[in-house]
Amino acid sequence: MRSIWRTLDRGVTRDIGLVCVADCLVGVSYGAIAVSSGFPLWLPMLMSLLVFAGASQFMFIGIVAAGGNPFAAVLAGLLANARHLPFGFAIGDVLGRRWAGRLVGSHLMIDESVAFALSQREAHQRRAAYWVCGIGLFACWNAGVVAGAFAGTAISDTDVFGLDAAFPAVLLALVLPALRDRAARLPVLAGVVVALAATPFLPAGLPVLLALAGVVVGVAAKEPELQEAR
Amino acid sequence: MDGVDLLIGTAVLALGTFAFRFAGPVLRSRVKLSPRAERLMALAAVVLLAALVAVSALTEGHGFAGFARPAGVLVAGVLAWRKAPFVLVVVAAAATAALLRLAGVP
Repeated sequence: MRSIWRTLDRGVTRDIGLVCVADCLVGVSYGAIAVSSGFPLWLPMLMSLLVFAGASQFMFIGIVAAGGNPFAAVLAGLLANARHLPFGFAIGDVLGRRWAGRLVGSHLMIDESVAFALSQREAHQRRAAYWVCGIGLFACWNAGVVAGAFAGTAISDTDVFGLDAAFPAVLLALVLPALRDRAARLPVLAGVVVALAATPFLPAGLPVLLALAGVVVGVAAKEPELQEAR
Repeated sequence: MDGVDLLIGTAVLALGTFAFRFAGPVLRSRVKLSPRAERLMALAAVVLLAALVAVSALTEGHGFAGFARPAGVLVAGVLAWRKAPFVLVVVAAAATAALLRLAGVP
């Protein structure tokens, strides 16, 4: 563990710390909203430990609290989390080859830990960023949810603090350096357009998955160039 | 919904989510990937994250999220493009959205 801390730039550790604080506050609101919607105290806490994926957790309690079908709530949550499958293919090597590392590391796979890992150049820095972010967010998210569940509605509307803008800003700042690579721009643009166009019509989670069509566009656009090279 | 239903729902969502997370690392270790395939999968993650940025910045449910949030993310994007420090980027996004809402912008 100590070597992981030394591997990471101090700036990166501080950045991860900031994201942990922001997610902790969102966790407080999640715990508070769940309990004030009439769910038992244990539900937001157990869900945060076992599911550990904020958007799907909000979706689950939102659908059930509105009187929706529990199957629909589970399905909506699973759909929102399906993007972890391609994430795992992309950054699976940072989890190492040991089964214990893969089991624990998989559970810590969330948007932020994936984005921090991708933002690092060297393999050992990617590993360190992934684990520090994953462990830090797991601790802070769960601590926030416990606090929110007990403290009630102290913070229930994080939009007042603009935290809903902080989440996309975090991912944007981490992804932007990858866009300096010209080859990534067309696929990203196509993916974003597809996702936004699909959002009004499809259930949450699917539009983001459909963005993968952008990768196909990128490959297709590249093909003639490759043939010339041969 | 009673406690047992909630427990089952939580368990199914947790197991399914873990299966999504675990499949990638396990499957990719089974096959030797070409450098091109590795690059494509890294690109796929960037595309997914960028789509997540766009969808979470601009939309809420099936509709438009209002102006405050996209404005905050736009400020963050400009700062990040100018290579401002990460902390400033994130705080500026939140502060812009919060101040606009304080001023009555949805």
